Amino acid sequence: VSAHSCPQAGDRLAFTDAFDFLLHERESISGGVCIGGPGEIADLAVSHLAVSAVAIALAVAVSVPIGLWLGHRGRGEFLAVSVSNVGRAVPSLALLAFFVAFLGIGFANVTAVLTLLAIPPILTNTYVGVRQVDPEAVGAARGMGLTEGQIVRRVELPLALPIIFAGLRTSAVAVVATATIAPLANVKSLGNPILEPQTYGDAGQLGAAVVVALITLAVDAGLGALQRGITPAGLKVARADAPRKRFSLPLSPRTETR
Amino acid sequence: MRSRPLRLLSALAAVLALALVMAACGGDEGGGGETSTAGGPQSAETPDAKQIQADPANASTTVTVGSKNFAEQYILGEIYAQTLEAAGFKVKKQLDLGSEQIAFKALRSGRIDAYPEYTGTALTSFYKIKTDDVPRDPQESFDLLQSKLEADQITAMPQTPFQNTYKITSTRETAEKYGNPKTITELAEKAGTDASISGFPECRQRTDCLLGLKQVYDWSPKFVSSQGQYSDLDKGQADFTFGFSTDGPLSLDKYVTYEDDKQLFPPYYVSFMVRNEVHEKLGDAGLEAIEAVQEPLTEEVMQELNSRVTLDKEKPEQVAADYLREAGFVK
Repeated sequence: VSAHSCPQAGDRLAFTDAFDFLLHERESISGGVCIGGPGEIADLAVSHLAVSAVAIALAVAVSVPIGLWLGHRGRGEFLAVSVSNVGRAVPSLALLAFFVAFLGIGFANVTAVLTLLAIPPILTNTYVGVRQVDPEAVGAARGMGLTEGQIVRRVELPLALPIIFAGLRTSAVAVVATATIAPLANVKSLGNPILEPQTYGDAGQLGAAVVVALITLAVDAGLGALQRGITPAGLKVARADAPRKRFSLPLSPRTETR
Repeated sequence: MRSRPLRLLSALAAVLALALVMAACGGDEGGGGETSTAGGPQSAETPDAKQIQADPANASTTVTVGSKNFAEQYILGEIYAQTLEAAGFKVKKQLDLGSEQIAFKALRSGRIDAYPEYTGTALTSFYKIKTDDVPRDPQESFDLLQSKLEADQITAMPQTPFQNTYKITSTRETAEKYGNPKTITELAEKAGTDASISGFPECRQRTDCLLGLKQVYDWSPKFVSSQGQYSDLDKGQADFTFGFSTDGPLSLDKYVTYEDDKQLFPPYYVSFMVRNEVHEKLGDAGLEAIEAVQEPLTEEVMQELNSRVTLDKEKPEQVAADYLREAGFVK
């Protein structure tokens, strides 16, 4: 009936089949269309990363300045912490439906949802990071005649960077994993194979999940490398003795908020 | 939404009238008795041959009834469970089995004894029949399913009068804008490719959904992948949506559906699938009771029952109990 032609899915063990799905095109479960293979996976991954990247960038742009300001003034801990906690409590899926009324269905909607997901860890960590800067360093800077703006940019921000990055990595992991819901608002992502069992089957579901997991790890590792790259030399010396961690656990340093 | 209580009342009356019609013409096969002219509030007091009789001998048999996890399935699961209970069986309920794969595995392994499944779903999902190859004739697809189920020691009970298939739906205003087309063929001509249609993400690549619209009707509207369905229509996110024929909102006057005149969608009638072992134990009376209680379940009635759960937030257990009482199956 249709003009397409691609091989039928064979009988394989779950994981073997999932990798086969990633590497070779095959006919969809309900028939009539070719699915899988590197082309489609790459296409979905690009869209997945695009919406994730925009959301993370927006979250950084919003929460780092606010966190720095609140931290520098030493006020608003209640605000920073409660915004974060409330933000984490609202399910992204509910937000997706909620935002339809304001942003319609599409890229803006998904971006807004993922941005809200990404803000809390970055905001809290920025605030905490600035608060834990040695007051003597700030005092010394002030004594040297730095303006408040200069203190924030040249002293507090660099010293808080490792903690800010920990928050950023937490957010990035959450956003990349959550972008799988994007197809529910008309944005392609690696969530498509997961949300379409009648088309992609178990192999697609598992295959896409594996790719999401790998991308998540890669993003985390990449941000870790970036963090090491821009951490001030002074801080690196101070931490040289501490054991090196390859990956951060996706946890924000909660204990330091108390 | 304000007119809901009224709708509910008239539909109640319709159910009642239907039950009486059914009672009057005995075990007539379904589909015929749908002349529901919302009659007056007849009393259900008439001594009713429909009422299910409890057989004490059944008490030694335990039946575990399952269902998937959405409103219609909960309601159907409850209806069948309560019917068997009324017939004297011991009934256990497992009404939250998630997807059909889970439900079917539970059925095959004997974790549950029976659950309602849609014929089209069973054929494509359990027996890997391509959507295009599913017979469009309801009886043929049911026969095919039955022959497939034999190998798994499962019996498919006769189908319900209603089916829950895809229905292309729009608001009344949209329908008027396009000159009130009745069928999808007319709609495709009038709406063209500028119109948009929303559906679950899965719809995009299914031959019994968006892909089929192109293949069968040569219509390629813009696709909006969304879970919003009727709210997509209300909020202007799409002109049309892939609804389901028994969706609760279709009981409201707001929406219009279009006839699938080229049979793009396979039949999705419900069959209560029972493990053979338990099927034998149900006896003639038990099986007759199950067939009887599903007889009044037309598309309209099922829409109404679904709307009580999805729109009015009633409990499926209560909705099923009300249905069985109003239709005269239990006192």
